[in-house]
Amino acid sequence: MNNPPDIAQDPAEHEEYAHGVHQHVMRYVLVGCILLFFTGVTVWLSYIDFGAFFSWLFHIHIAPSHGGQLNIAVAMILAAIKVSLVVLVFMHLAAEKRLIYRILIFTIVFVLGLFWLTYLAWYNPIVR
Amino acid sequence: MEIPYTISSRPDTGLWNAKVGIWLFLASEVMLFGGLFSAYIFLRLDAAPGMWPHGLLNVPVGAFNTAILILSSVTVVLAWASLKMRRYNAYWWWMLVSILCGIIFLVVKLGYEWPQKFEHFGALIKPEALAKYEKYLGNERRTEKGLEPRIEITGHLHNPEALNDPNAKEYEIGLDPVYTDPDNPTNDRPHFFYLPPTDKIGTIEKADVERITTFGPWHNNYFATYFTITGLHGLHVLGGVLVFIYMWLPVSRKIYQRNPEHLANRVEVCGLFWHFVDLVWIFVFPLFYLL
Repeated sequence: MNNPPDIAQDPAEHEEYAHGVHQHVMRYVLVGCILLFFTGVTVWLSYIDFGAFFSWLFHIHIAPSHGGQLNIAVAMILAAIKVSLVVLVFMHLAAEKRLIYRILIFTIVFVLGLFWLTYLAWYNPIVR
Repeated sequence: MEIPYTISSRPDTGLWNAKVGIWLFLASEVMLFGGLFSAYIFLRLDAAPGMWPHGLLNVPVGAFNTAILILSSVTVVLAWASLKMRRYNAYWWWMLVSILCGIIFLVVKLGYEWPQKFEHFGALIKPEALAKYEKYLGNERRTEKGLEPRIEITGHLHNPEALNDPNAKEYEIGLDPVYTDPDNPTNDRPHFFYLPPTDKIGTIEKADVERITTFGPWHNNYFATYFTITGLHGLHVLGGVLVFIYMWLPVSRKIYQRNPEHLANRVEVCGLFWHFVDLVWIFVFPLFYLL
């Protein structure tokens, strides 16, 4: 290994981010730990029968097939939290230029449109 | 020729060009994976009772791979931060860890998870013959409890020659544990640890089998979407690793010496791609392994 030495920084440049980046490093490590923790939680919760749990909690009857849907909802909420953390912190979307947000708004609109098209094919409104 | 706006931002966008480029590319990637996930959702919604299998993948291994990808996401962002702080050595090491994580992920996927599926057989029983195999399937109790029926018997095929032999009358399957004790309530939900096929042989008449195949993409819609999505995801991991290796090779040192910020921006762009790959996996893991 023959890497170049660490370059001393221009003082003005240094002022700008070296301080900020150093703080960010701790944040990245922390978010990584939170993500690993949530992965464990996702696995653990998937072995809990939420249908049975909510039937017990609210004294109502939930069919096993609907209980499975509750588990899907819980897992997807957790996945959404994890994805938000990745997107906001690792991909720096918490503070990004306006153009990027514009691109992403269009992306969301189009991907929802795509899901809607598949939904139409599945629901088949013409035959119905 | 000098490529403009690799470091300084373009006045009209307020961004250096590669950043706009990668986000546009990621937008198209969202559409690509979005289409496949929407296929997953609707195939699953329309699956006939018993046709969408549960608990066929190895959860600890999947969780391990999830952890590896999350770890690599952290190391990539640390590599970028090291460049921002002008510490090339730290960058070099974080990048190496990221590359190794990507390779471990692929080795686990292609060397362990996938091959196992191509050795595991599932025999879909004809609806009229299901009652005959009640001792393996335990459907009476399942119907009573409102659970989906079991419509296939899976395990290790002991006489694969029967597949192509017109004179063979039956299949001998080393049953998966579920089918050796179908009425046990612990088998109603998937197990955390993978349980290999047992020594107990179940004989199934060829005439009662609608279809018998390995757990490849041809087996059912579940495995078709599983192999398509994880395969495409694996290709993305491979692409990411190759780009990381390029960024890690001595050529990156030259860019760094010319202008460290240029390399930092390049690494940020590949990092964005890598985080997206991680993000896709965060959905894949619960959808295929857990639910």
